[in-house]
Amino acid sequence: MKVLVSVKRVVDFNVKVRVKADGSGVDTANVKMSMNPFDEIAVEEAVRLKEKNIATEIVAVSCGIAGSQETLRTALALGADRAILVETDVELQPLAVAKLLKAVIEKEQPKLVLLGKQAIDDDSHQTGQMLAALLGWPQATSASKIDIAGDKATVKREVDGGLETIETSMPLIVTTDLRLNEPRYATLPNIMKAKKKPLEVVKPDALGVDVTPRLATLKVVEPAKRKGGGKVADVAELVGKLRNEAKVIA
Amino acid sequence: MTILLLADHDNASLNAATLNAVTAAQKIGGDLTILVVGHGAAPVAQAAAQIPGVAKVIHADAPYFASPTAENVAATVVAVAKAGGFTHVLAAATGYGKNVAPRVAALLDVAQISDIIAVESPDTFVRPIYAGSAFATVQSKDAIKVVTVRTTGFDAAPATGGNGTVEKVDAAPDTGLSRVTGQELTKSDRPALTGARVVISGGRGVGSTENFKLLEALAQKLNAAIGASRAAVDAGFVPNDYQVGQTGKIVAPDLYIAVGISGAIQHLAGMKDSKVIVAINKDPDAPIFQIADYGLVGDLFQIIPELTAAL
Repeated sequence: MKVLVSVKRVVDFNVKVRVKADGSGVDTANVKMSMNPFDEIAVEEAVRLKEKNIATEIVAVSCGIAGSQETLRTALALGADRAILVETDVELQPLAVAKLLKAVIEKEQPKLVLLGKQAIDDDSHQTGQMLAALLGWPQATSASKIDIAGDKATVKREVDGGLETIETSMPLIVTTDLRLNEPRYATLPNIMKAKKKPLEVVKPDALGVDVTPRLATLKVVEPAKRKGGGKVADVAELVGKLRNEAKVIA
Repeated sequence: MTILLLADHDNASLNAATLNAVTAAQKIGGDLTILVVGHGAAPVAQAAAQIPGVAKVIHADAPYFASPTAENVAATVVAVAKAGGFTHVLAAATGYGKNVAPRVAALLDVAQISDIIAVESPDTFVRPIYAGSAFATVQSKDAIKVVTVRTTGFDAAPATGGNGTVEKVDAAPDTGLSRVTGQELTKSDRPALTGARVVISGGRGVGSTENFKLLEALAQKLNAAIGASRAAVDAGFVPNDYQVGQTGKIVAPDLYIAVGISGAIQHLAGMKDSKVIVAINKDPDAPIFQIADYGLVGDLFQIIPELTAAL
């Protein structure tokens, strides 16, 4: 079974982002970029499926600027077999990414596609569901456990009240949640080997996809800063303040 | 404008998050129709019709909505949205809404605007990005706007006083793509995390499942919900649905008490709009203190029992 994994290059989760002075967006110049953490979990799951001899080949795909090659090399170092970059300088929104992935999937014919449930930059939480809709495939979002047996998959999903188990047909779109697995680190020999693995670059035009943004970002601002930093000396003072100053307890 | 709002419910009662989405819909303006997709969910449709400002409730019933799947719900939402010529399709950004809405948007070939916290105009909305480190104002150029509403961004609309009509429509056929085979819902006597007036969250510092009982005792006194940081969930102290943060639940209670939580930006993204924040941590340099109204430095294992006794 061929598995396709979608990975996105994002500002590293440890970076404190700054809004640009002209309000056009956040400053991504000279900040550390990494693979979206949920996508790392998706790659890890694909690699584990291959180690269990369920997956036969892992294709990592990224959509975005040339710099996303770095993210794909990370995926290759973690265990993906080959990579495809759909390269464009256009700002890609989730619907456009879903359409690009659909075009790649129609060529590659994977049985399983793994994506992060959400990218930590735009926090949209859309691409997997959109891709499933465009393909007419089932979707298993926020997965915390995946079992594949023949033409059926059983997926445990994180839902608001706890966990839900669904059974789906294949092929299938899965988006990953935090408890699915704990991603490994790439070893130095694997990072070296990844440099020799195939990485193909295609353009949206060649896939016949119009990636024109549907949403215009009019401005980006920093939220009002919360005034914090108040301290109390002990429990008695805390209770007093909550009762008499904040008036949030009786 | 004509707005179709997908109700979040469990076939028995309407999820209160829907009331916050109603307020967002009213800020957009125009006629508001609520869509109830369910099985045996007549009480939900009746409840939705009583929300002031709701002109009509469309109710689609089918046995396969007893345990609904995103594929089946989306198919019906799309059919209703197209038939009614709606300009907006809204859903609360709950687990249900976040699962279904993007599927609807893609089937309509339109963008989705996720997690809005303000309405600027019928096509322009404000939404947080980068874990709430920035707010983006975005304008949709699509004919139909598919929008999910962050519940903490809008007050809840009143639940009663209205007098809408309920109209039954046929559900789209079963897609057969997936089915729900089981549920493990967390049982708790505590109020639900989203919507609770007081939330007490524990972090890695709490140390164990056993120690979370300390927080339970305090929660009992304050009629509070229990939450957790990602670290506490990853460590297995509490179930996944307790997680508050960027990729977990977003809460904004009157009082949020963070216990043994250092305050990573990903956690703050889920609670920093709380009215009053109390932080209890033994590390005086923990970032949580920077946003707390009342910080108390000390050992939580002394402070929490003392606090519980004092209330």
